[in-house]
Amino acid sequence: MRYLPLTEADRQSMLARIGAPSVDALFKDVPEQAYHDGDFDLPDFKGELEVERILRGYAGENLGANSVPCFLGAGAYHHHVPSSVDYLIQRGEFLTAYTPYQPEIAQGTLQYVFEFQTQVALLTGMDVANAGMYDGATSCGEAVAMAMRITKRKKAVLSGWLHPHYREVVETNAHFLGTEIHSEPSDPLTGTDLFALIDDETACVVVQNPGIFGHVRDYSDLAAACHEKGALLVMIVTEAVSLGALKSPGEMGADIVAGEGQSFGVQLGYGGPYVGLFATRQKYVRNMPGRLCGETVDEDGRRGYVLTLSTREQHIRREKATSNICTASGLCALAFTIHVALLGEAGLDRLAKLNHAAAVTLAEKLEALDGVELLTDSFFNEFTIRLSKPADTVVEKLAGKGILGGVPASRMMPGAGLDDCLILAATETATAEDIDRFVSSLKEALA
Amino acid sequence: MIYYSEDHEWIEVEDGIGTVGITAYAAEQLGDVVFVEVPEVGKTLAKGDDAAVVESVKAASEIYSPVSGEVVESNDSLPDVPETVGDDPQGDGWFFRIKLEDESELEDLMDEAAYKAFVKGLD
Amino acid sequence: MTKDTYTGHRGLMLEEPLLFEQGQEGRTGVDLPEPAAVKSRLGACARGRSVALPGLSEPQVVRHFTRLSQRNYGIDSGFFPLGSCTMKHNPRINEKVVRLAGLGDLHPMQPESTVQGALRLIDDLADWLMKLTGMPAVAMSPAAGAHGELCGLMAIRSKLDSDGQQHRMRMLVPESAHGTNPASAAACGFTVDPIPANKRGRVDLEAFRAKLGDDVAGMMLTNPNTCGLFENDIIELAAMIHDAGGYFYCDGANFNAIVGRVRPGDLGVDCMHINLHKTFSTPHGGGGPGSGPTVLSDALSDFAPLPYVVKDGDHYRLVEHPGDADEKPFGRMKGFHGQMGMFVRAIAYMLSHGRDGLRQVSGDAVLNANYILASLKDVMTAPFGGPCMHEALFDDHFLKDTGISTLDFAKAMIDEGFHPMTMYFPLVVHGAMLMEPTETESREALDEFIGSMRFLAEKAKAGDVDRFKNAPQLTPWRRLDETGAARKPVLRWTPPGPDQQAAE
Repeated sequence: MRYLPLTEADRQSMLARIGAPSVDALFKDVPEQAYHDGDFDLPDFKGELEVERILRGYAGENLGANSVPCFLGAGAYHHHVPSSVDYLIQRGEFLTAYTPYQPEIAQGTLQYVFEFQTQVALLTGMDVANAGMYDGATSCGEAVAMAMRITKRKKAVLSGWLHPHYREVVETNAHFLGTEIHSEPSDPLTGTDLFALIDDETACVVVQNPGIFGHVRDYSDLAAACHEKGALLVMIVTEAVSLGALKSPGEMGADIVAGEGQSFGVQLGYGGPYVGLFATRQKYVRNMPGRLCGETVDEDGRRGYVLTLSTREQHIRREKATSNICTASGLCALAFTIHVALLGEAGLDRLAKLNHAAAVTLAEKLEALDGVELLTDSFFNEFTIRLSKPADTVVEKLAGKGILGGVPASRMMPGAGLDDCLILAATETATAEDIDRFVSSLKEALA
Repeated sequence: MIYYSEDHEWIEVEDGIGTVGITAYAAEQLGDVVFVEVPEVGKTLAKGDDAAVVESVKAASEIYSPVSGEVVESNDSLPDVPETVGDDPQGDGWFFRIKLEDESELEDLMDEAAYKAFVKGLD
Repeated sequence: MTKDTYTGHRGLMLEEPLLFEQGQEGRTGVDLPEPAAVKSRLGACARGRSVALPGLSEPQVVRHFTRLSQRNYGIDSGFFPLGSCTMKHNPRINEKVVRLAGLGDLHPMQPESTVQGALRLIDDLADWLMKLTGMPAVAMSPAAGAHGELCGLMAIRSKLDSDGQQHRMRMLVPESAHGTNPASAAACGFTVDPIPANKRGRVDLEAFRAKLGDDVAGMMLTNPNTCGLFENDIIELAAMIHDAGGYFYCDGANFNAIVGRVRPGDLGVDCMHINLHKTFSTPHGGGGPGSGPTVLSDALSDFAPLPYVVKDGDHYRLVEHPGDADEKPFGRMKGFHGQMGMFVRAIAYMLSHGRDGLRQVSGDAVLNANYILASLKDVMTAPFGGPCMHEALFDDHFLKDTGISTLDFAKAMIDEGFHPMTMYFPLVVHGAMLMEPTETESREALDEFIGSMRFLAEKAKAGDVDRFKNAPQLTPWRRLDETGAARKPVLRWTPPGPDQQAAE
């Protein structure tokens, strides 16, 4: 067994020192009727070559987004990950480290967490960000809980343009905490009037920019309306690259920004692990969930970093903690940090422009098709179209031709009357040929 | 007269107003205090309610009101200089002043000698 | 520190400023094509000001993060006996297969017909987990251990509610529990009622019985517990909680001690999360990602959260909505379908070991811990008798009157080249030191560690206080000022602006 260093001779001499007759004897506290004989209906150990072969078998049954034109978004985006990102995160000192509880031997992790927090704060236009959450949807759930803690109110209003998974996470949490969630219906055409829903009981309004159907909006007025009623504005960002093109949530007056960081450096990987982003205003720092890294000095006065404000967390506050989160998504946060470092201002600007250009090009070509109606007026790299046929059958047809052609709105929002709606994203990975192939295949599928 | 609680708060009562803080023993157990939250003036507290918060790097603890009443003054400078709690817990490190609703509640608390004996029993 | 070089570098120990303190405007580490000229559709939302990210080339970025990595200690570096965290070897084949085309590049919203292999993998991993735990169902989506705890508790709450037991709000949690247990209970709306430990480091049966009542929702018990001991009354405890109308949540953080030997289902467990990043070797990555699939008993299985995989003949499908479910799912816990990247790594690890290898894993992990306990108990103090399970617990009694604390002792271990053990946890032991060697360590590595611990224990007793109080002395950074960091938190780099200059 290649991972197990003890030899049989080792085991025997170790047992002799312990004074136990056998390894089984060390399990003497296990009730006899519960001690299993090891005869599980599972295979025996396998060598590396064989394991690799089995895993390739699973992979071979799937259609990978890197091998075909891909226009899927809806919360996960097909971006190119620079090679150095994946190389660096696999350095053993990063990959096999634990949460940096011993700062003297974890300055590598701590410094990149500090850099991650800074990047997220800069990108969102907020004062402070934490070290990351599980993913965008759970980050959204935590944002609502935090708004309720701050305002001491128990009602949240969710925009109909919020990602349905995010909404469902918030609703699930609320069900168990007895808090009230008002969710607006999902509709790509009617941006709902959220102003009318804010009252003196409202802890927060949650909007997503760009929205699930792709819309981009300036929510400054909504932020002001929230503040007038003592409520907070929570802004969700599922496509982090959009932060390079759009007015930042901070500029619009958001109080909490929660989002998904997958777009920077994290592979699609069938939905996880990703990394949740979480940023807020300075005055709310002590109400934040998750880990925070802060700057300090060591005994010699040398600058260094430590985990700080830990008294908010579960290992100290226990049932009074701001969240139960412990292990978050450190390595994905590192991938994010490296990718954003590689981009820099110039690279981010160009990446955002490439995404927008790809989406605009795609939209223009689709608008010219019979049986296609563009529903999203202003957008970044994602928009929704209405088709003359049910979107799920069209998507299946396209898949048969080796094209990953968008997310049918009904997949996430069944029963919302959106069976003919298709959500499409175009990123820098979409070539002109990909776009043409998709458009002509869609035309055939609709004919 | 100073009274002590089993949660290591002290309260010094004068003319129906009690000044509340944490004892030197509690401050020492806590270590370097890094954060303090004091109650708002005008807040009504029942005996045993969470009144204030004190935190060190590795521990957080609530300060429970040893008596019922209304907060009439808070030590507003404390949050800016939280180390005062450790430096002078039973002096400048006070947290808030409360107007006692029922002085008989003091009877449930300990005097200095009883508290000293109580602390001794903890080690 | 005396700065005796021009650069501040010291041989292989290279100084590295923040990203934001280097870089030039206009420089970048990616080459992207010129965007096509299109008419903007950003409406009124175009960004007006810069983000202020620094510009670095690829070699600068690679060097930056390489230098940072060199300040970290990982399992790849050395012995990492962090109790309760199961820091075992992270095989590199796991990293290879998770990046395969057809696994790494799947979009979570692809049509089912294009992801049959992915769904089959999730279903196969679920089969391993159910068989190893002897449980009939598993919720795959929880993102980490604490998230799995929440999943189990939500299932319990849902079951109670569905049986008209809304008044059951009290959750019994031992004082020795991980902090996530009470925090998760609170996040699910339960009140937490602590249960004391007995002198043998186990749940006090009588104290437990006294806590039962018709408002009890359940108990959260870690087994093996956080003292590294098997709760030998566990079957009785399970029966007691069931008789009282409650459910048994088992914290599976310590599953590595019993995998292949004890099935939690045989102990009366109703739900238990499994940290794939502990028992099944997916990397800790400096703080995640984790993955916390949660096995469920028959009583709770109907309430498993969405989404989940169903096998219809040869076809796999995802149930994503309540309307498509035959059961009564309690909702959704995270975006998409779970930590697929961790599933791939975990199944590669399971296949590499097989059922025989996994049984050997728990055997060697427990043997290694007992070897440490037996080799140190004469110079350090162990509060409970052996045998222990996968971790050996000591208290600070042997440091009494030396003026040296558990923290000081741990920092001196850093100078010895080890990652310290878990300290001051569990809370039921004074100055706790919890050491978990895992099956990864060789006899030679254990002997070196034992030698080092004996050496430190002797030095402590001999009054060599400096070695401890000033430790670590051999690391590039000495002890850091955590008090200062917490009093005046600096949580990000801020560009030097006119305000700051004026303030200085």
